[in-house]
Amino acid sequence: MEGLIASLTIFVLAIFVGFEVITKVPPTLHTPLMSGSNAISGITLVGALLSAGHQHTQLTTIFGFVAVVFATINVVGGFLVTHRMLGMFRKKEDR
Amino acid sequence: MSAALINLSYLTASVLFVFCLKGLSHPRTAVRGNLLGALGMLLAVAVTLLNRRIVSFEVILAGILCGSAVGAVFAVKVPMTAMPQMVALFNGFGGGASVLVAGASLLETISLGTPPSPRFLVAVAATGIVGAVTFWGSLVAFGKLQGLVTENAVVFRGQQAVNAVIGLACVVLGGWLVAVPDDPVRYLALAGAASVLGVLLVIPIGGADMPVVIALLNSYSGLAGAATGFVLDNNVLIIAGSLVGASGIILTKIMCKAMNRSLGNVLFGIGGTVGTAPAASGADIYEGKVKSASPEEVAMVFDAARRAVIVPGYGLAVSQAQHAVRDLANLLESRGCEVEFAIHPVAGRMPGHMNVLLAEANIPYDKLKEMDEANSGFAQTDVALVIGANDVVNPLARTDPDSPIAGMPILDVDKARTVVVIKRSLSPGFAGIPNPLFAADNTLMLFGDGKKAILELIAALKEF
Repeated sequence: MEGLIASLTIFVLAIFVGFEVITKVPPTLHTPLMSGSNAISGITLVGALLSAGHQHTQLTTIFGFVAVVFATINVVGGFLVTHRMLGMFRKKEDR
Repeated sequence: MSAALINLSYLTASVLFVFCLKGLSHPRTAVRGNLLGALGMLLAVAVTLLNRRIVSFEVILAGILCGSAVGAVFAVKVPMTAMPQMVALFNGFGGGASVLVAGASLLETISLGTPPSPRFLVAVAATGIVGAVTFWGSLVAFGKLQGLVTENAVVFRGQQAVNAVIGLACVVLGGWLVAVPDDPVRYLALAGAASVLGVLLVIPIGGADMPVVIALLNSYSGLAGAATGFVLDNNVLIIAGSLVGASGIILTKIMCKAMNRSLGNVLFGIGGTVGTAPAASGADIYEGKVKSASPEEVAMVFDAARRAVIVPGYGLAVSQAQHAVRDLANLLESRGCEVEFAIHPVAGRMPGHMNVLLAEANIPYDKLKEMDEANSGFAQTDVALVIGANDVVNPLARTDPDSPIAGMPILDVDKARTVVVIKRSLSPGFAGIPNPLFAADNTLMLFGDGKKAILELIAALKEF
């Protein structure tokens, strides 16, 4: 039970941190924000690696493998496309 | 590696994720922020690979190679106009991964023979529901944006009742899983029901409401990750997931506010935005008052202009006109006309869609003005050029309290000296209502495809 409370505490506080940080993102960067945060949500990869590498049964390994593929697409694609997009944002002088 | 060290590394990764999002608060620091986020992810993955539970790396390696290849190809190839559907698809993958991880975790725990704790089971059920809704909802959103399924709202009788029943079924199946956890088939049933719910929740949403759905699914994909964190008892998942969850919620709120609608209104289509206006009212408003202009006439207006504001809408993305618009803006500036861009928060199909398109065309971001700032400048503007936008410049939002868009904040282009609207026809926008702007005394309609019309305008302007 104590473990649950600790996790819930982290969850709630992190949501507040998220609200504070993201409220400051200007509308012009909302698309990169979405693709970037999308890449971060690929953190499920950590869990997927454990399932795929633990190889408990064949079924869990298959689940793990597909999850690794999905999450890696999310992570690699997300960070890369965000990088590509942000490279396009320029100020007047450095055109 | 000791557990303490692993957890410290996860904490470092979480901090890097916060820095990543913090960096995104300004275009100058955004690239670095994104790289910090990627670094955090690399750290989290590297530390996880040192975990003693991992007995073999072949499957992991194969998965990472496949995923990286697909992700990289998507990231490099996708045109900026298709960004909404790509983000939708990626949201879905995140949700799908969460469902699978929670499922694998459940199977492992059950086969070990020790009775799983209710806390673990609740987290598994929550992950299954949120993840499956995200996965299927995102696939439908992707299909709509990509044009694979109809972009219109798909509505049938009793839709809300059906959704409520399926939602209830998900909760009941979840409760059953927690009470009698020995059979993983229940998890499958739970994920199946949630999948149907995901599809049904997104099909009634269409067109201009898509930004809200994408932002919401973005939030769900984060929450699914956080729920997976509860399953695995892993803080980095909880923190990263809730950061993303918060981000999606904020964007959803901004989108709803920009349409003056509640989230429930968008999700359940209350207020019936589609096809409520009588067809005849369009003819009354437009009859004999719409002035169709040639590119030469419009060029004449621009020739005399000292200050022009360009208002892009989804039509700009459809006709891929961003580079032509850039050329027009440069031409006008070289002739001594000040040019700015006014961007409505819900223009396009995702938050910030127009900004990315214009950035792609090398238009500096300090020329892109938000709604409030832009509205304070229209009265001093000689020409407002509306390209492929409709509802977001409809003055009925200000004047007609009975209109479906009443109270929606709009760009007050009608206050400019002259308004030029580039549009294919007088057909209504997503709200399904006529737009008196098109019939206003100071409005010229330049009918045609956005890109073609702008190129013709540029050619005509060069004649002066």
